[in-house]
Amino acid sequence: MEISFPVFIETSINIILFAMLVATAFAITRIDRLFAVVMLSGVFSMLSALLFVTLDAVDVAITEAAVGAGVSTVLMLSTIALTERSEQKSHRPELIPLLVCFVTGAALIYGTLDFPNFGDPSAPAHAHVGGDYLVRSIKEIDVPNVVTSILASYRGFDTLGEVAVVFTAGIGVLMLISGLGRRRSDEDAALVEETIENQGIEEDA
Amino acid sequence: MHYHHLILRVITKLLVGTIMLFAFYVQFHGDFSPGGGFQAGVIMAAAFILYGIVFGLYAVQVVFPPWLVHKVMALGVLIYAGVGVYSMMLGYAFLDYNAFDPGHPSHGQHNGILVIEFGVGVTVTGVMIAIYYAFAGRFPQISDEDW
Repeated sequence: MEISFPVFIETSINIILFAMLVATAFAITRIDRLFAVVMLSGVFSMLSALLFVTLDAVDVAITEAAVGAGVSTVLMLSTIALTERSEQKSHRPELIPLLVCFVTGAALIYGTLDFPNFGDPSAPAHAHVGGDYLVRSIKEIDVPNVVTSILASYRGFDTLGEVAVVFTAGIGVLMLISGLGRRRSDEDAALVEETIENQGIEEDA
Repeated sequence: MHYHHLILRVITKLLVGTIMLFAFYVQFHGDFSPGGGFQAGVIMAAAFILYGIVFGLYAVQVVFPPWLVHKVMALGVLIYAGVGVYSMMLGYAFLDYNAFDPGHPSHGQHNGILVIEFGVGVTVTGVMIAIYYAFAGRFPQISDEDW
């Protein structure tokens, strides 16, 4: 079978990227120094971003590069700064986790057997509203990037929900670890102490 | 602390502005090229976080104080929901951008998308910076030898 040059190049790029992804994952499991592990997880995100680019999902690639390789690496570094610098050796047997990983991986691969082929026009994802959006978007929204017109207009209510989720997550983190709540409880504690002192004075009197 | 890492500090000063400019490009050019509010928000936050990493948490909190970050987080959601409420007040459905230019609906769509994407960007910037402040604020100064 004759393979055209572009297909050959794209396949090679995919194979190289996946090989580097697997190598990074192995390195992450083997290294004890958490600083290196965090840096490698940033590399892992960057490689996945490149894979998204080869799949023409550029929006997702930008998100993965900015969130996965950028911000979450910084957050994990901050977490390491608060805790330990290197991984503690586990004394439990490693066979059961390995088995669980293999079974889960096998189940996932078995699941992909039912997937439609890549770019299959009769795939369920393209069969329902997808084509409709592509046809109507230019006429109704007149925005070249159909991803934007779907996210922001056709599914604007969804996106509002997503923004609310991001906002709620931010509030949650603030409540848990920023110390905004602690300041309040310090004030409460001071109030309690003051009350106790006042009562003590009254009792003395 | 402030007298070493000369190269990092110079490069950071050069990069922060460029990253912000790129964030604005991703934000406002999202209709025409890949990108949008979520991506732009994270990139904008990355500029502040980079500044915070290199110059210290206090320096970046002078530029963008935590109380303002908390207000900004909520402001984005309000902008987004406000667009929906405004379209309802004009007699259309919630978040129906045709309301903003009934004679030329696609212009209305453009304006609506621009404003709600800006709301998304504002909230995501605020949340990302707030989470960074929350983590970094626990242990603001780390000496290089610690690593």
